[in-house]
Amino acid sequence: MYVAVKGGEAAIRNAHALLADRRRGDRSVPALGLDQIAEQLALAVDRVMAEGSLYDRELGALAVKQARGDLIEAIFLVRAYRTTLPRFGYSRPVDTAAMLIERRVSATFKDLPGGQMLGPTFDYTHRLLDAELAGDGLPDMPAEKPVAAEPTPRVTDLLGDEGLIEENAPGTEAQVTDITREPVAFPLDRDGRLQALARGDEGFLLGLAYSTQRGYARNHPFVGELRIGEVEIELDVPELPFPVPLGRIRVTECQMVNQFKGSAKAPPQFTRGYGLVFGQSERKAMAMALCDRALRAHELGEDVVAAAQDEEFIISHSDNVQATGFVEHLKLPHYVDFQAELDLVRTMRRQAEAGDEMAEERREAAE
Amino acid sequence: MTGDQAERADIMRLTSRASGDALAALWRAAGLPDEATDLRRPEAGLVTVRGRVGGDGGPFNLGETTVTRAAVKLPGGEVGHAYILGRDAAKARICALIDAFWQHAASREQVRRAVVAPLRERLEAEDIRTRAQVAATRVDFFTMVRGED
Repeated sequence: MYVAVKGGEAAIRNAHALLADRRRGDRSVPALGLDQIAEQLALAVDRVMAEGSLYDRELGALAVKQARGDLIEAIFLVRAYRTTLPRFGYSRPVDTAAMLIERRVSATFKDLPGGQMLGPTFDYTHRLLDAELAGDGLPDMPAEKPVAAEPTPRVTDLLGDEGLIEENAPGTEAQVTDITREPVAFPLDRDGRLQALARGDEGFLLGLAYSTQRGYARNHPFVGELRIGEVEIELDVPELPFPVPLGRIRVTECQMVNQFKGSAKAPPQFTRGYGLVFGQSERKAMAMALCDRALRAHELGEDVVAAAQDEEFIISHSDNVQATGFVEHLKLPHYVDFQAELDLVRTMRRQAEAGDEMAEERREAAE
Repeated sequence: MTGDQAERADIMRLTSRASGDALAALWRAAGLPDEATDLRRPEAGLVTVRGRVGGDGGPFNLGETTVTRAAVKLPGGEVGHAYILGRDAAKARICALIDAFWQHAASREQVRRAVVAPLRERLEAEDIRTRAQVAATRVDFFTMVRGED
């Protein structure tokens, strides 16, 4: 018998009011401003923008506040907001070589044009909690060293001369996969994979990237270059005869360089994995680059033996909004499903017991 | 791109980067008449940002950004356009006004002098400071002499 039930409106209303109260916390503590979140929890906002796939610092900060700091919930909020806006078009591809650099390091070349600049990094800190941050003190102003603007070419362009590193095919503007417009169908081209990885869950991609280092789809990675900074966005619009500069956004780019012994198709050389992420997130950019390289196994004629090389597995499970939706829906009422399963298990139990009794009778008769 | 187009794009590059408050203050101080009609009231939407595979290969879609666009028309017929990152409607309209008044021959100099020049100075100073702060974190390597002599 199927019985539809309704109810819980008052409970839901009151639960949401309770949520609002708990979100606010102790009312004698000043409320957080969005500018405080955007400025002082900047990397949380960056993660929400990257995985929410929407670059807007103010919205990212609002989402972090509304979600009480639950970043996947905040990402969910941002994804939902995205769907309410019309799309004006696709930008011209950003030129990361022209980035206003805030950090740039290479683990492969000590002396590279433009230099190694550590920027605002957690690296080389001792990871000791700093009790002074519990107060409201201002740090010293950062040191400055006046410089002339110097070109900072991508490291991968430097190695290109010798032909020891693979070149990227130029590709065409006309046929760029857009996983937000067409359903994902496997196999994906690399552009579609990169779009999915750029919004993929940092933790999921980090674990997979780590697995490649531990021997599952090992491919000897080096960080050719990691850079963080601002790039300009340009858009072609019908009203104007030139690409319109829209402003700048901060991105993190990782060029991973991987040893490759060569195959029937390609000579021994360095192959590449690529990571590009909204905001400052080098962990995510590096994980993305390692996964990108591992997922090129088919293209490079490598044996597909590990999870990190399985495109359908990774791309289908890397989106944390999809993943959390399906995992968390299990807590919603399944009363009817469960009732049906309960009846089924009871029936099976009765049959099993009847079978046991018959077997018992047969054994007694035989004795 | 012609010289005029290059200047127009350059002004858009500056105005799109300015903070809404700073731009509004400059615009008010410039004292140009607000006699424009809205051809397109400020409207927020999305632009999909593209990157290139490996930085230099084929394009791919990185993610979306919020963008606000607006268009205004001056009594003389000049149409100003704006497309800027973010959702600041008032800023988008001011950007469109600046674009329109720059096209208007009688006010072009005033736009250059009162808006563009101070804005350029401020934004370039910010970039110079960022570069200087980052340059202070540049690594100077020493070569350690080792082994037996």
